Order: sequence, then C-alpha cells, then structure tokens
Amino acid sequence: MADLPANASGKLVPPLRPELERTPIDASKLGEIQRTLSMGDKIWGNEAVRKFSIVIVLLACWQGYAMYKSDPLVIPTAIESHQALFRDIISGEVLVYTWYSIQLLLTGYAIGATLAAILSIAATFTRVGRDILETLTAMFSPLPAIALVPLAMIWFGLGKEALIFVLIHSVLWPVALNMHGGFRSVSPTLRMVGANYGMNPLSYVIKILFPAAFPSVLTGLKIGWAFAWRTLIAAELVFGVASGGGGLGWYIYQAKNTFETPTVFAGLLMVIVIGLAIENLIFRTIEVRTVRKWGMQN
Amino acid sequence: MALPTAPRSDPAAAVAPLLQVEGVTLQYKTADHRVTATYRVSFDVHRADRFVLLGPSGCGKSTLLKAVGGYLAATEGEIRLKGNRITRPGPDRMMVFQEFDQLLPWKTVIQNVMFPLRVARGMSDAQARERAKVYIDKVKLTKFTDSYPHTLSGGMKQRVAIARGMAMEPDILLMDEPFAALDALTRRKMQEELLQLWDDTRFTLMFVTHSIEEAIIVGNRILVLSPHPGQVRAELNSVPVSDAVAARNLADRISFLLFGDEKKGVSHG
Repeated sequence: MADLPANASGKLVPPLRPELERTPIDASKLGEIQRTLSMGDKIWGNEAVRKFSIVIVLLACWQGYAMYKSDPLVIPTAIESHQALFRDIISGEVLVYTWYSIQLLLTGYAIGATLAAILSIAATFTRVGRDILETLTAMFSPLPAIALVPLAMIWFGLGKEALIFVLIHSVLWPVALNMHGGFRSVSPTLRMVGANYGMNPLSYVIKILFPAAFPSVLTGLKIGWAFAWRTLIAAELVFGVASGGGGLGWYIYQAKNTFETPTVFAGLLMVIVIGLAIENLIFRTIEVRTVRKWGMQN
Repeated sequence: MALPTAPRSDPAAAVAPLLQVEGVTLQYKTADHRVTATYRVSFDVHRADRFVLLGPSGCGKSTLLKAVGGYLAATEGEIRLKGNRITRPGPDRMMVFQEFDQLLPWKTVIQNVMFPLRVARGMSDAQARERAKVYIDKVKLTKFTDSYPHTLSGGMKQRVAIARGMAMEPDILLMDEPFAALDALTRRKMQEELLQLWDDTRFTLMFVTHSIEEAIIVGNRILVLSPHPGQVRAELNSVPVSDAVAARNLADRISFLLFGDEKKGVSHG
C-alpha cells in the first residue's frame, strides 16, 4: 500500500513505516574511536607554552629596541637587566631586600585577612555587623592605600608598623567584601543542611559556611594579595627615602639614585617575578586542589 | 468526610504515635504580606509509616515538612516528636531535599555521609566510616565512595543524600520532593529502591510530593491537602501498585478530592 501524504480530510499524516530492532556491535570492532593528538597540537594546546612564547616575544622586542637606541642609562637591554638581576641574586643582595618585603607583606596580609574574616562573620550573623561592614567598605574601599602613607608616618613613625598599617588597609576591604558576598550567596539548601546537624555557630562557620563560600573567599584573597603587593612596593619607595632601609622598593630607589638603570630594571623584574610566582604557584595550586577539584569553579 | 481538627480518639492509634501534628497553622512573611500556608492541620505519623503529604503547589506541604524539620515555628498548634515539642532543627529528623546542591561539594561521597555522624553523633572516624560504608552499599554507590558530588548524576546525588539521612538512623526521615528534579525513568527506579530500603530497615518516612502516582507508590498513608491555605482534605490508606485496578481507583478518588469540585464547575459553566 502506498503511503498517502494526506488523509481523507486533507490533513497531513506521517507515512507508516515498518519497525526495526538491532543489536549494537561491540565497540572494539568499530575501529578508531579516539586518537591521540599530534605533538604539535599538544604543545600549542598547553596554555603555559603559549604564554611563555608571548613573554619571549616581548623580551626580544625590548632587546631589539634597546640595542637600536643604545642608551644604557635610559633603557638598558634585556640582557643587561637580567645580568644585573642574576648578579644581585647570586650576591644575595636582592634576595635580602625581597625577603624583607615578603615578611612585611605576610604580616600585613595575615592581619588584614583575619580582620576581614571577623567582620564578614559578624556581618553574616547580625544586622548591625552587616551595616558596619557595608558602611566601612563603602567608605574605605575607594581610598587608595598609598594615600594613607603620610598619616601612617605620623602615627607610627618610620618603622615597619607604618607599612603594616598601610598593608592591612589595602588587604582588609577587598577581602572582606568578597568574603561577605561569598557567605551571603551560600545556597539556602546548604544552610538548612548545616542547621539540620544541630551544629554550634562556630563549627557551622568553619565546616559549612567557609568551605561553601570558598570560591569567593579565594577570589578575595587573590585581589587582596595583588593590592598588597603593589601598595607595599609603592610605599617602600616613599618610606625608603626617610628610613634609609627596607625592601624591594628601596632597592629600586637606591639604584635610581646611583643611575644604575639596569639594576632599576632588575628590581622591577623581581617585583614581576614574585607577583607571577605567587599567582601561578601558590594561588593556582590552592585553586586546583580545592575549588576545581570540588567542581565549584571551572 | 469530616475534617478532624480537634485531637482524635482513633481506635487504630492505640499505640502512641511517633509524630503528632495538632492543629498547626503556619504563616510566613513576604515583603508586604503575611501568608497563611497551612490552616489547622492535624495528623499522626506512626513508626514505620511511609507518610505522604500530597497536594497541588500552594498547599503548604513543603512548609509543613519544614515545620516538622524545625525550620519554622507554628503560629498555632503544636508538633511533637515522641511527645517532645519541636522547636528547632535537629539530627533526629534528617532532611532530604529536592535540590542536588544539598551535598557538600568539598567532600567525597563517603565524607558527606560521615560528616553528620561525626559532628552530630560524635562518632569516631573509624565508626563513622564503617556505618557510612554500610549505607553507601545499600544505595548501590559502592563504586563511587571516593567520588566528589560534581562527578555524579542527579539520581546518584539524591541516593547519597538518602544514604546520609539513613546512616544517621533518625527517628524520622523527611523527604521534600526528592525525586522531582529527576527524569521519569530515574525517578521510577529511585521509588523502587526507596521501597526496597524501607523494606530492609523499616525506617519512618515522611515524604512530600505533588504527584498522585508517586504518593500511591511511595506511601502507605496519604494525607491529601487542599490549596491556599493548606487544609486536610483526606487521610487515606494507599494500595499496592501491583493491584492496578485498586491503584487506578485510588488515583481517581484522590483526583476527585483535589480537583473534583473544579471539574464540576467547569462542566456547569
């Protein structure tokens, strides 16, 4: 019987077809299902390789331009600058300055992050706490930390305390803002799950709220770190002048005073290297081992 | 059928019920309204019951379950578990939610099941692990013991949540539409598995659903609630699903209880 495109009343009907059943063939007999990528595809697929090539290109441009200008007092070549850096790394000079900066940074960072945690937890449990946090972050978050340097010098003199004060300011607000946002966005279901276990508030914060908000907490810590590192170097440049001692900022400042331009560049390179190392080694590792492993961030 | 609002003297309930809900009115506040979710609802749940709260959306069945869970207080009436008034959430009433995100994403399957055993029951790591393994086996997730939740399917996540609830061996297990977000095939399988689990351990279950079919499959006793605000429309005994005719009749009866008047209204209009 031929299939009719329309029934008696002229409406379209689908054609009637025979039914069928099949047994799937074993996958091993189907031949190639997956193929390993070629070496070139693999290498170019690696993000680190791609980014590293960009750095190489930039360094080549720098080297080329400096050689063309051939004015080492204004712009030394990439090779000269790296030589200066390696010279001071081997002599240990730059390492001493770097260590000084990092110690300060860690102190300020730890205090700032702790204060941020306290503020955010208070803000999560009480309305007053939330009002305090929101008002304070609204006021102080836009205030550049470096603008507090003169005040810090008046209050704390020229010692480490003043720098730590400035660092705390630069870390506290971004971290608190992100932490609080993270706590607030924890799903109601998870909150109810936590409540179901009859946990006390402290253990609820540590065991449910904090890990559940960890993606935001980590973002806050990363932003806080970047703010702190920039602020510290800038503040050291200012402080160094007055106190005659200090970290990487001071190292750069000294080199500038003696017109050792390659050393100025070496100092800047060191600032960049430390920044990259913290971001890519420490934060990346934490990220891979936590939020990515847990499927909370892709 | 009369609607019992006062405490009942039911001869069948000679044994003291596990959970008593007496004249419970529940209200919640929105931005500018005070909404009554349920009005003077009363019922008893006995040990080993599979007690289903059934009703269309807006009948306050989830709100009622949350009140039993201790998440919100009744404006009127009282809820008692083993004679003690419920005032706050607690591990004697474990909740299984509809949402897949009820598992802690930073913990593996076994850690999720162990967590309440550790924090709420104060078990040692070894004890909790042993107990967790038993229940993970029961929900057939042995192969996924050390997997993180984000690598599991929706049905598997719900099975972990059920294992977590059961492992606590609570007085009553509260399930808030646990299979509603699953596909139909998985849902059917999960219903069968739940009944199998109940047959093994005879826990007490309170189960919220809006599906008449699911209520008949899962429950032995079905509380039918009318909407806006939720009031008791009927309290029925379920029938075995294997008896297709009885199940069909019960479904029709519930359907009539819930929508009968409405249909009549339509046919007259």
